[in-house]
This record gives sequence, structure tokens and C-alpha cells, in this order.
Amino acid sequence: MPKLQSAAELEKFRAELLAKRDPAKPCIAVCAGAACDGMDSAAVAAAFLAEAATQKLDGKLEIRTTGCHGYCEKGPNVVVTPGDICYFEVQPTDVPEIIAATLKGEVVERLVYKDPATGAKAVHMSEVPFYKHQTRLLIGDNPKIDPMRIDDYFAVGGYAGLVKALTTMTPEQVLAEVKKANLRGRGGGGFPAGSKWETTRNAPEKTKYVIVNGHEGESAAFMDRAMLTGNPHKILEGLIIGAYAIGAQKGFMYTRHDMPLLEKHVRQALAQATEYGLLGENILGSGFNFECELHFDVGIFVSGESSALMRSIEGNAPEPRPKYIRTSVNGIWDKPSNLNNVETWANVPQIISKGAEWFTSIGSEKSKGTKLISLSGNVVNSGIVEVPMGTPLRTLVFDIGGGVRDGKTLKAIHFGGAMGGSIPADLIDAPLDFDGMSKLGAPIGAGGLLLMDEDTDMIEVARYLMDFLVNESCGKCVPCREGMQQMLQILTRLTEGQGRKGDLELLEDLIEVTGVASLCALGKTSGDPLKSMFRYFKPEYESRIVSSAGGSDNK
Amino acid sequence: MTEIVLTIDGKEVKARAGMTVLQAAQQEGIYIPTLCHHEKLEAFGGCRLCMVEVEARGWTSYVVSCVYPVAKDIVVRTRSEKVDKIRKVLVEELMAHAPDSPELIRMAEEYGADRDRFERSASFCIVCGLCVRYCNEVKQKNAVGFIDNGARREISFIPEVARKECWDCQECFAICPTSYAQAAYLLTEALAFPGQRKEAVKVKKAPKPKRVIPIMPAPVTT
Repeated sequence: MPKLQSAAELEKFRAELLAKRDPAKPCIAVCAGAACDGMDSAAVAAAFLAEAATQKLDGKLEIRTTGCHGYCEKGPNVVVTPGDICYFEVQPTDVPEIIAATLKGEVVERLVYKDPATGAKAVHMSEVPFYKHQTRLLIGDNPKIDPMRIDDYFAVGGYAGLVKALTTMTPEQVLAEVKKANLRGRGGGGFPAGSKWETTRNAPEKTKYVIVNGHEGESAAFMDRAMLTGNPHKILEGLIIGAYAIGAQKGFMYTRHDMPLLEKHVRQALAQATEYGLLGENILGSGFNFECELHFDVGIFVSGESSALMRSIEGNAPEPRPKYIRTSVNGIWDKPSNLNNVETWANVPQIISKGAEWFTSIGSEKSKGTKLISLSGNVVNSGIVEVPMGTPLRTLVFDIGGGVRDGKTLKAIHFGGAMGGSIPADLIDAPLDFDGMSKLGAPIGAGGLLLMDEDTDMIEVARYLMDFLVNESCGKCVPCREGMQQMLQILTRLTEGQGRKGDLELLEDLIEVTGVASLCALGKTSGDPLKSMFRYFKPEYESRIVSSAGGSDNK
Repeated sequence: MTEIVLTIDGKEVKARAGMTVLQAAQQEGIYIPTLCHHEKLEAFGGCRLCMVEVEARGWTSYVVSCVYPVAKDIVVRTRSEKVDKIRKVLVEELMAHAPDSPELIRMAEEYGADRDRFERSASFCIVCGLCVRYCNEVKQKNAVGFIDNGARREISFIPEVARKECWDCQECFAICPTSYAQAAYLLTEALAFPGQRKEAVKVKKAPKPKRVIPIMPAPVTT
């Protein structure tokens, strides 16, 4: 493939590509997302390919291995187009039947969704309860794309945002559009991305960097991985547009070292984008130069903290440094560096191609667009969900999630992993909103939603999360290294029924000091889950003290 | 040279641009406790004991003075109820490791810290990193480094480097607030290159190796 020299060449190439594709030709998309892969979707995909080869179906049927579809609970997932027919829990033995039905334009009834209560069947994606309450702007393309093929991304309109930005907009206009869209960072803080971009853009240094933070380490969060593995070009396109707006010449994709499929897909995406002239010099004849490098962590959670991440890219140990000067001004090698999360970058192409006005029409008053949520815990339907900001938690938990597993009662909803918080079930009608959820004490964080049923021991939850952080801290500063260790010891004592009088006061002191004195956000927010539990579940904690201090015989 | 005027503990203080609040305070003789700070080393911001209260444009925040740059018209308070509480709890956490460190004992008195508030920990290293950073930045030998992370983080001498570099240096022993550096070195020597110190002396015809100093750390620069 020769380089695309201009926007017109890209659009011509896209038109030719689409002309060659027959929308009526059936396509079977096999999910190879992390959960389906764990249920051996590879064997299912292999069976499809083998069967298609045996029957010589080359011209009549397409088999595609794709990224995560979302409904992890019912994997391996298979989606047949046209019609978006969803098959669940597909086994290699089901393959001949699916192929036969697909060729005849029929449906394999026994593999479609069946409502557990009524037995009613749902054949198409738009009817399956898990999907029908969602707005899948970001993850919706996943079943249509083989992440190893840039052509598939072009076919769904990929790189149109980049074309628009480079050919019809100045960098200032791109920046203004993102600011107008009020895109807020999806990594946890909810900081306006446009303002951050502007700071880096206005920093005096000429050399600037843009970075994708793909270091997803929050417990119970797995949507960035699904996006980056399933549709790497979408994130890359956002990054290139951002670099153009900011005036950066180089970008980094920083991610975890332990996801081989992700690495393979991102490497391929970078290579193909370079081959097509979307990375490199004079991109699409615009005069804009940009290159991008893939970089891996060394395996601890704190690597995802912005200053630690930048130290890591420099080749140093991932230790945060005090940020009295922001990394957007003084980042990698002391150059202005703009860091955004995977999902934030993924939102950029659609904001440019469809406009800020369209984007702000979705979502709540102060949180715009959609949000990817990883749904897990004691929920019927675990998976990756995308809903407009402002959606009530009830919709997420019951309509999409199908409620609590095994007919149990909901006790608490936990958001934001080890640095998030838990709220009781009676706050289920709260809307999904950055500020609203923070006020309740369960900030959305990166978007990991964990459901906890009536049997959940809240002290054990806090202990578990603290144990995670103790192991993921870098250990540089005293309050984080020592404070969390002390909190863990006390919590362990409480779970073992050895709570002492004064333990809760001690915990409160530790939460306060660790929160204000720690160097980075990991330590500063380490006490947040506990804080939320003291707010809503304190009697449960108090009962541990009384029972163990008062009468040791009940243990 | 730009001069910046700020207020520390009610006193008007003049400082140069680029100075830290700690430097500005020290030059005026205002005491702020430090542990991981050393004038020959780059600011680390690890022990957090030098935290002060800063009021800027109506906002009050808590910052580590060894890193925080001076700025025009900021109001710094080196002590307050909250600052003292932070220092108290931090000292208590460190005393779980090194209850007999003279520096910690002094601070414990000042801030009312209870040395037995937390359960005693096995290691008496407080991971201030003075030895590691001194060896790296001043001596440029890297004979001692950090290993592992989080609560498991510790300092460790690298035998291959230590056997060559440490016998006539040992300067980190004196700056260690708990004498752990010396203990860690002696353990490394005993395990990895016992008796080789003498050999090195013979070969290089160098002056006598330094004697191990008594366990009584010299005070860190204040």
C-alpha cells in the first residue's frame, strides 16, 4: 500500500474499499476480548475458519476475529451481520449449525438470548436487554473491526475526524472544539481535557509530547484494555488529532507489559498507520509531522500516575515526583507533556467529526458524552457497558446488569476501585455523573463498578482494597508506605475478630494524614474507600470492635 | 536576580526565585524539621516531615517545603494544629521501625508522638534513601540502591559494587538516621565478601580502611 498523500486520496481509498464490500454478504464476528478468550473463543474462531475452508465458502461468508463486544458474562460471543444476530456461549460444536443457518438467512434459536424469568427470546443486538439500554458510541464498532486490519477501521468511517481536522481546521479550532465539547478526562479525575491541552499548547518549550495512558490497573476496571485491544486506531486517531491541536511532535502509548494481544494489536496499528502515511512526516499532505511509540510499564499500579508514568518513559523507576509544576508544563524530560486516558482520546475523533454541539447533547449537565463502565461483582451480567453520562445507576445495575446474582439483595455499589468508594443500595437512583458521584463518596474513577450483595463483609472489602494498594505503592513517601501498611494491619485485625478499642480512631487519624501528606494520588486517595464506609457502614465496623473487645468468647 | 517576598510564620522573608520554601526558611533561621533532606542532595520529598501550611490566593494547602518553590506573597505557616498532627503521625509511623533513633526521639518530644502507637516492625530502616541518594549523587558509585516497592521497599548494597567501592568510603553511615546503612553493609560484607576488605587494602596500598563507627548517627543538616 503506497502512502496516502492527501485527504482526497484517503477518501478515494475508503470509497474503493467500501465498493468492494458487499453489505449483504454475511459476516460472522467472533469476540476475542479478554473474557471470551479465557473461555477459549480462539477454538470457536478456528472452527469457523476450518468449516468455511472445508465448505469452500470464501466468497459467500466472512469470518472475523474482533475485540471485546461487551457481554462478557455470556461469552464466547458471536455476532452475525447483517442483522446483528447475537449468539451466546458458543462452542466449537455449534459452528456448523451457525454457518448453515447464516447461509440460509436463518437464526439458530437455541443460541440466542433467553430471558431468565420469562423465557422470551431476543435475537438482534438491539433487543438484547444488556445491549438495548446502552449508547455504544465508542465500543459499538468493536464487533465490526478486526483490530489487525486498518481497512476495517476505514470501513466504519475511521480517520474521518483526522481528515477534517487537518484539512479544514486550524490547531486552535480543534482545541476550541474540544473545549466547547467539555470533554472531561475519563481516567479518574474528570479534569477538562481541553484546558489541559491548552496548558501544554501554551507552554513555552517547543518540544511537546502527547501520551495515551493505557495503564489500566484499577481493580475491576477492564474497559480501556477492551478499547485499546479491540479498536487501537480509534485511540491513535484521537492522539494524532490532539497532537495537531497541541503542537506535539511525538506521542507515546503507555500500557501494561502483561497483555500480549494488546501489544500485538497496537504494534500492528502503529505499523499500518505509518505505512498509510497517517504517522510520520507531512501527514496527508498537511505539513504536520507526528510519530508515536509504544512503551510498557514495569508492573506496578503507581506506573499509571502521571508523573510516575513519565519517569518510566524516561527510563527511570516509576516514582511520582511532587507536582508543584504540572506535567502538562514540565513532563517527560522536562518538556510539556499532555497525558490523557485511553477513553478520553477515543472520544476525540467523534467530537471533531460530529462537532461539539452533538457531543454536548449527550450526557448530564456537567458531564458530557458517554462513559464506559466495567460491570462486575455480584451482578448477573458482567461486562463492558457504555451509557450516557447522567444515566441512573439503577439502569446500569438492573436493566443492563440484570440485578444481583442468585436472587440476593443489593447491599452496596462500589465505584473507582481501590481509590474509590462504596455507597449503600438505597442510593441506587443517583445519576452517573463525575461531580455527583464524588459528592456521594464513590467517585466514578476510571469506571469500574462493583456490585456487592447482602453477604458482603464491608471490612473485608476495605482490607482487600488496602492490600492491593500496599502492594502497588512505590514506597517512596512515608505516609503512603507506612500509613497504608498500618491501616492494612488494623483492618486485618478487624476481619479476624481481633479489633481493639481505639482502632477506628486510629484508622481515622491514618486516613487523614495519609490523605493530606502523601506524594501522589495513590496515597492521597487510599483512604477513600474506608472514608465512604465510615460514612455509610460505620455500625458494621463498630460491631467488630464491640464483639471482639467485649466478649472474646463469641469468636 | 529576582527577589521574591513571602511571609513565613508572620515574618516577611526575601528569597531568590527558584528557591524552595525550606531554603527560604533556613536562610532566615526558621526551623522546619526534615529527615530525608540533605543540602548536598537533590530534594526528594519522601519523608513529608517538612510539610507546611501555605496560603496562596485565599487557598490553604499543605505542601512539602523542601520541594515547593517560593512564590510572591504566599503566607507560610511552619506550625499549625494540622501540620503538627501530620508530623506526629508520621513520626509515630517511623518509630514503629526505629524507636531509638535520636532524631526521631527529638521530633517525638516536639510533636507529642507516642513511640508505641503502632506495632513494632522488624526492620529498623526508615527508607529515607539518604544512603542511596548520597552514593548516587555525591559519590556516583551506586553501591547501594532501593529494591522492591511499597511496604516491602528496602535498601540493599550491591555486593559486586560494594566490595570495590565501600571499604574506604562508608560516608553514608554517618548520614543514616538509624544506623541501618551500616548494618546492611556489614551484613553484605559478611555474606558476600568476608575478609576481602583487607585484601583490597594490600593491593592498592591505600590508607587503612575506615573503622566502623559507633552506632550514634550524626545529626543531619538542619
